[in-house]
Amino acid sequence: MTRVNVQYFAILREQRGLMSETLETNAPTVSGLYEELRARHGFTLPGNRVRAAVNDAFVPQSHVLREGDRVVFIPPVAGG
Amino acid sequence: MKSFAISVEPIDVTACARRLADDRAGALVTFEGWVRNHNDGQQVGSLEYEAYAPLAESEGERILAEARERFALSGAVAVHRTGHLRIGELAVWVGVTAEHRAAAFDACRYIIDEAKARLPIWKKEHYASGATAWINCATRGEHAGGSAP
Repeated sequence: MTRVNVQYFAILREQRGLMSETLETNAPTVSGLYEELRARHGFTLPGNRVRAAVNDAFVPQSHVLREGDRVVFIPPVAGG
Repeated sequence: MKSFAISVEPIDVTACARRLADDRAGALVTFEGWVRNHNDGQQVGSLEYEAYAPLAESEGERILAEARERFALSGAVAVHRTGHLRIGELAVWVGVTAEHRAAAFDACRYIIDEAKARLPIWKKEHYASGATAWINCATRGEHAGGSAP
């Protein structure tokens, strides 16, 4: 099990009902973690529409999770 | 002070422009993004902006650095608001200085286009009907909520 902190923004924050949480996961990668959380909390966005950041930097979906990582899933952006 | 900032306070345009003051510059091009009262056929009452600030700021700095590399600039500054904004409020400001206007126009366009596509910032429209929608986040079966990115 890997212990990570997940921060939620925008539509994911609302669908989770939390801004952040620390949890343990068996998912090896960020995409695996997203699918796990999506199944648990009913996130509407499919994984292919969500980017990921770990420790405040963008990472690919294949990024391998490490103990203590701060993970953010990034819904489609809409600045400006 | 950084060149790119996320601001929870209203953007002080005069202060932003003053930071670009430069005797070598012959051109200042600015872009202001305003909160509009309609989108995609719906009346919009207000807009809520949310940012993942640490990554938005580092990505914003990266975009400004790219603009400085690509165009012959004297300076570049950008600020993006967060929070609940009313119609007509300033959501984003970009200012670019250069010796000549062509580089300034091109760089300003580059910065706002990249910012819209890349910064981890989200907006939620509040409609006159009372409904709300996160733009670009609709999934099949829901109202489209906004234009494609």
